[in-house]
This record gives sequence, structure tokens and C-alpha cells, in this order.
Amino acid sequence: MNWLASKKNTYTRSLPPAFALPEPMNRALSLLYRPLASPLHATRAGVAALWGLALVTAALLLFHPLALIALALALLAAGWGAGVGRALASSLRMAAIWAIPIVLINVLVTREGLTVFARLGNLGPFGQGDLTVEALVYGAVIALKITVLVLATALCSLCIDPDALLRICRRLGFRSALTASLAVRMIPVLAADAQRIADAQRTRPDGAPGRRATGGARARVALIAAVLTGSLDRAMDVAATLELRGFATAPRAPRLSRPWSRHDLAFAASAAAILALALLARLGGAARFSAYPLVHAPVTPALLALCAALGLAILLPFADRRGIEP
Amino acid sequence: MSSLVFDHVTYTYPGAGRPSLSDVTFTLEPGEFCLLAGLSGHGKSSLLRAACGLAPHFHGGRFAGTVKLAGLDTREHGPARLGALAGALFQDPESQLVMSSVRAELALALESRGHAATAVARGVEEVALALGIDHLLDRPTHTLSGGEQQRVALGAALAGRPPVLLLDEPTSQLDPVAGDELIGLLRRLNQEWDVTILLAEHRLERCLTAADRVLAMRDGRLANDGPPSQFLEWAAHAAPALQTPGAQLFSHTGLAPPPVGVKQARAVLRSRCLLSSESVSSPSPPAVLCVNMGNRRQGAPSLGPPAPPQGSPPTDAGGVGATNLAIPAVVSAPRSGAPPGRRWAVRRGSRGRPALRLRGVWHELHRGPAILRGVDLQLQPGETVALMGRNGAGKSTLLRHAAGLLAPTRGRIERGGRVALLLQNPGDYLIHERVAREASPAALARAGLTELAERHPRDLSGGERQRLALAIVTDGEDEPAVVALDEPTRGMDRDAKAQLADDLRARAARGEAVIVATHDPEFACVCAERAVLLADGRPIADGPIAELLAGGWYFATETARILSGADGALTPEQGAAALARWAAGAGSGTRAEEGRGREPTDALSPAAAGGPAWSAGR
Repeated sequence: MNWLASKKNTYTRSLPPAFALPEPMNRALSLLYRPLASPLHATRAGVAALWGLALVTAALLLFHPLALIALALALLAAGWGAGVGRALASSLRMAAIWAIPIVLINVLVTREGLTVFARLGNLGPFGQGDLTVEALVYGAVIALKITVLVLATALCSLCIDPDALLRICRRLGFRSALTASLAVRMIPVLAADAQRIADAQRTRPDGAPGRRATGGARARVALIAAVLTGSLDRAMDVAATLELRGFATAPRAPRLSRPWSRHDLAFAASAAAILALALLARLGGAARFSAYPLVHAPVTPALLALCAALGLAILLPFADRRGIEP
Repeated sequence: MSSLVFDHVTYTYPGAGRPSLSDVTFTLEPGEFCLLAGLSGHGKSSLLRAACGLAPHFHGGRFAGTVKLAGLDTREHGPARLGALAGALFQDPESQLVMSSVRAELALALESRGHAATAVARGVEEVALALGIDHLLDRPTHTLSGGEQQRVALGAALAGRPPVLLLDEPTSQLDPVAGDELIGLLRRLNQEWDVTILLAEHRLERCLTAADRVLAMRDGRLANDGPPSQFLEWAAHAAPALQTPGAQLFSHTGLAPPPVGVKQARAVLRSRCLLSSESVSSPSPPAVLCVNMGNRRQGAPSLGPPAPPQGSPPTDAGGVGATNLAIPAVVSAPRSGAPPGRRWAVRRGSRGRPALRLRGVWHELHRGPAILRGVDLQLQPGETVALMGRNGAGKSTLLRHAAGLLAPTRGRIERGGRVALLLQNPGDYLIHERVAREASPAALARAGLTELAERHPRDLSGGERQRLALAIVTDGEDEPAVVALDEPTRGMDRDAKAQLADDLRARAARGEAVIVATHDPEFACVCAERAVLLADGRPIADGPIAELLAGGWYFATETARILSGADGALTPEQGAAALARWAAGAGSGTRAEEGRGREPTDALSPAAAGGPAWSAGR
């Protein structure tokens, strides 16, 4: 037992995560579709995609920070209503990867705005380095807009069956859509391959030749090369399977006739309402916003009504929980 | 019209030096269930790929002769057209699932062939119901287990109701239960829907009873073509490596003809007074008999081909009684002179330094189930353990904990040294361009791979990859205290398994503890002396391998099932020795006395004689 005790510290530790999966890959995997019991999951893919498109359009049309914040909050609430709130919240980190640099770059490169909050002096070919509040605010609004776009696409990715969606596309271009479908299917498969290979490399003993060659960054490169090599083998098998399933002679996919459910109707109505509200706000000036030369973002009763209406239009379809089991 | 016609087919892959198929000629009629037998690399997969048109349309290469599938010449019609007539299922189900959900997967083949929407919906429902996968229809394919994936892939192949089904080792990744279920399913498809089936398989004992006919391949040629019983008679002399354990048992004892399945073997033994009818209906696992056969032992149990019976030509089918069995002089037994049960007990009770000790190990997933539930397990140096259980029982997770790839959520693991873990896919270890860069020269030499040092690792055969991967994980400055292998025999033929078993026994003899997670009881019984059966994340049985594998239904060798586990006989050699003892007992009448007045034939039966009287012999 003494010998065991003396060796215990050496051998009871877990092996080093030299080949752990890259974090972005794990995050991407967490945003894949899973069938759940929610009104959005129960909606036909075409309508759900249209609803997502309406959200994206609204985010692009609206510039007032309050309207964008209302959209973002409504989307997060919708995520909870669809049972994917945690995954959706984690996509905020992905949005931050884009949002933070945009704010920083905009404030550094934009020379508009009157309210200077920092002077960096003469920057040579870049001129005077005056940082303005207006540039900062405008950058933040763009970042907010991108966050809403990420939330909307993540919600769609989590709740819309890609097979059903691509099936609609197959009526237009069978092979292209099937290739896209395969790409979606292969994401978790390749991730599993990578995890397996990573685990195998972790079991290489210390001091062995292969282990020395696979430390740190080189380990990642070796892992990626191994996954790519393996994916070529897998691609051959998949191609053979597709050949036998008639991929080469496939005609246009048939149209499936399916009665409209209450959720199809609700989300179609919601999409129409979101689009109408966003267009009215844009054309009617209810959500006016300008950053330069001074920030102008009036909070009017019309804007507050717009925010409330947008929230209701997005969330009301989630209130009906009948017939949502997958 | 014949389902499949091969007419003098010769096929060579691009860049290959010799043909994979040489002058192959045979015809399959509608409704036949045909088994394709042969060692690895002898042309089984190539034949299946030629049958569905992948060779040469997809793989290229040189093709001579004619293959006609349901009347269509494969040279004139591509795989897309032929796929409507022949469903194909290959080894790796994951590569055969191309859509994200099961419903879409089943629908794809029908949509690709231009079926109307209603026909697609109906076809999906029908095939799902036929295969019992209707509850999986809305599941994402990447969340399916191996067995479920294989069923869904089979469903996708069958969705268009093709008249012919081509299968390449579909059970290689399944546990015994799922494997038997799949074979049962194929038998039902064949019998109820008249589907012609051509099935390539290594573990013939699993499916021989379902087959009408066996094609044996050797070096790309059709070496034998006949019904299962004729195939076994041919294999006894021409290809012993293809014999089933039951046939080996009969071969060792000089009985003929070789049995096609357990039922037939038992019927023959019963007709020759070597088995009583009572043993068949015995509801409880038979008592384990740990008989010391050390004085008869001249070799370790082997998965390899048995020597044809020397000086004992097959006897006629009807006239061999219990007392004139041609028992070979060489019969094998447990590897040491001590009974396996006693050695195991000694090891379990020993207070020596364990090579590995798990104490109350739990593995609980965050917001998920517990995969391991308080596992206590101890391995002594030099001990060999088979870890068995269904898919999902926790075998792989346990090995990963043993090697430190995972950390227990509760419990404690103590290691007496390094744990070398060989995971399921040896290809995952091979990330360099040359074999020489994967492991040290010494490790390569030990694995017998020195001559292949300059080759690309992915150019190695399956068996060579397995040896290289084992060399990689056991390489290093310090010798491993434990060698753990996770399903090392997937897709291996009997020869390769025998080689691996030899290697593992040699490691155990050097003092390394060996633990092997396997679904293959035939392999387990020759490489391990102790077995642990896992279910639902915890060991439900732990003991000498003879006790575990002799008393099970699914987790049992064919020899044990034939003999109802009597004498703890697991291998054909041990079974032959047991039969010899019974025969000798019957001849001398001593067993009849032990049977307290029973008829001699009854006294030979393990069930009749089981219980305390036999246990006393331990």
C-alpha cells in the first residue's frame, strides 16, 4: 500500500487535455437542432423560417436602441418559451466576439460626432485621434443589432428542423440542398471523430515518440489533420451510400400536403405582424435614431407602443402549448 | 428470374497488384438466405460491392465477367438504378446515415426515386413498423446508439422494398443481444417478405442457422458453395478457421456431421446419450464445475482453427455411441494447473498490490443519467479480465476512468502504474505519415512491425493497425501496469483474434493486468480468466469466466450453450474434454453410481448430475 500511496499522485491525475476540442466547436454543436416540445418546434419549417426572417428584417430595419433592446429581450424570452433558453443565452458569447470589436473599431476610426471624451493626439496618417461619444453610441447600436441577428439565427438553428427546411429547398435544387443537408449532418459526426481522436492521442504515454510530436499547438494541427484524413475516408462511404440511394438520378422532391396546425397559423400571423410593425416604424418614424453629429434617440409614446407590440407579436405564439409534443 | 448472377467475375481495384475477385461464378435465386464466409481480405466486401454496382462504377478498377442483379447487367446500369433493386448495409452505420433525422433518412431513398408524397409517407411508416423503429422516427440521427443506427440504416436500405439485400458484417459493432435481434430481423424479412439476402459475416455461429446456403471465399475465389451443413464439412478439412465453435467441438470429438446450430448439436449429442433432455429445460443456469484438467493440458485454449481430427475420420451419422468417441489426445483446459475458480478466489483474496482499484466510482452526467453507479473493481498484476455487457452498460466509460481520461464524479481510483488504454478504433491513434513516427523502434519490434516502419499507417491492414495502436499505447519509458482494451475484435476474423489473444496472454504472463471490454464471448473465454458483467453502470456478476459464460444465454459461448454450461466448458477443446470424461464415465459406470441409481445416460447429463454432488468436485 505504501508503494501505491507513493505512486498515487502520479497516476491518479487525469490525463492532460492537450487534445481537447476547440471551444468554438463545442459552442457550435450546442446550437444544433433538437426536437423538443414547444410551439416553435411544432411549427412547419417553412413558416418557422419565415418567422425567423421577419425577425431578422425587423432587426435590420430598426435602429433605435430601445427597439433593438426590446427585440433582444423578446428573443431571449422566446428562447425560454421554446425550451432552448440556456443554449440561446450561450450564443450571446458568440455575439460578443463580433460586437465588442465593432464598438472598439468604430470609436477608433470614426471622426464624426461632437462630444469628445478622449484625445489621443496626432496619429499621423490617421489624423487627430479624437474619440467621440457619438461614435461610441453608434458602434454600440450596431453591436446591438448584430446581437439581435445572432439571437434570431441561433433561435432558428435550435428550433427549425434542417432536414425539413432543406426538403423545401430540394424542390428547387435537389443536389445542392442535399449537399447542404449532409454538411449539417456531418457537423456532429466530425465533432465526434475529433473527440475520439483527441481521446486516443491523450492515451499516448509520456516519453513515447508520438507524444513528443503532439504537444500544444502542434497537437491541434495534428488533430485537425487526422480529422480531415478521417473525414475523407468517411466521405467515400457516404458517397457510396448516396449512390445506392439514387442520388445520381434524383428528381425534384415531391410536395408534401400537410394541414396547417394552430402553430403554423400563429407563427405566420406573428411573422406578418413583426414585418408590418417594423415597416411602419421605419416609414412612420416611430423609431427615429441618429448618432451624428449628436445622438438623437427620442423616447416617444409611439416608440414604447412599438416595443410593446413587437414583444407581444413575438411572444404570443408561445402562449398556446397545445399539440406541441414531437 | 434469378436475383443475382455472377458469371466468371474478376475484379481488381485501381492500383492493386492482384484481383480481389477471381473468376467468381454463382447464382442466387429469389428468397434465398445466403451467407458469405471467408477471412478478412479474401473478397467478401468486394463481392458485395460488385453485386450492387459500386464496383466498378464507384471504385473504378478492372472488371471482367458479368454480374446481373434482378436481370440488370451492372456494367450497363449504375448503382443509382441498381440501388432500387438491392439495399446495401455496410459495417459502419454512422457513415450510412446522411440525414439529420430518422424520418428524413428513411424518406430519402424513396424521394430520390421519385415516389409521390403519399407513397413516401406510407413507405416510411411501413418500414419503421416492420423494423420496430417507429419510436425513433423523430430522433436526430446523431443521438442514436450503434444498434439503433444499424436498424435505421437497414430501414433506409429497405425503404424502397428492394428484392435483394446485401449486408457486410452488419453485426460487427453490436452487442450479442442487438446482433441476434438483427439476425432475427433478417430471417423474418427473408421468410415473410421473400427478400433475398446475401450476408457477409465473421461470426458464422450467429447466423448459420438462418442461412440456406453458404458461399466461402478464399483469395478472391469462390472456394465452396453449398448448404450450411456441407459448408461445415468442407471447412473442417479445407478451412478450419471458418468452422463454428460447435463444429470444432464435434471435430475434436470425432462426431459427424458438424452441427449447424446449437439445437442440432444438442439433438445429436442427445441421440448419442451424451446429453439428457432434462438439461434443455433447465430453467436456472447450470452449476459450474471447476474440474482440474491440468494433467491433460498441453496447450492454451485457442480461437484459431482446430487441427483436423487425427486418425479419426468422420464417423457415420448414425452409429456412434457414447463410448466410441474419437477423442483427440490433445485437449485444452484452463491455463494453469489450478482450477480457474480457485485461482480467481486466491487472487480476489490476496492482499498484494493491486494493479488497479476502483472504489465506489460514479460517473454522473451534468443534467443527465449516471453512467457508472458505485463501481468497485480490483485487478491484480497478471490478471486477465473480460468486461462484458450490453451497449451502453458503461464498459467504455469504466475503461476511460481506469486510464484517467475521465474523472469520477464520486469515488476513487488507484493505479499501481500506468494504464495503457486502447480505444475502439485503432485508426484514431494514427496521425503521422510513417509507422516509424508512431512508436519507438522497440515497441514496433515487439509488435512485429519493424518491416513496416516506412509505410503510411493508413496503408496497413486492420490487424496491423490494431497491433500498431497497441504498440503505441504500451510504448513509453515505463511498462504499463494495466492494459485496457475497448472492443478490440470488431471486424476481426478468427485468426486475428487468436493472435491478439496470444499477445494479451503474453502480457499477463509478464505481470501486466489485462482488462478487455468485449461483446465476443468466444474471444473472452480464451483471453481472460475472470469476467465482469456490467449492466446499468454497475457490475452485476463478477467471477471466473467459466462461471459467467457457461451459465448465460446471450453472454455464453456456443460450446457452453451446446453443453448447457456443464463442466464450465467454454471452448470446443474444453467441451471435447468434458464429453470425453462423460463418455469414459458412462463406459466405466462410475458416474452412474454417483447418480444414485439413475440410468447411465442420465448420469452423463450435467443437469441430471448438477448441484451439490458435482460442486463437491471443485
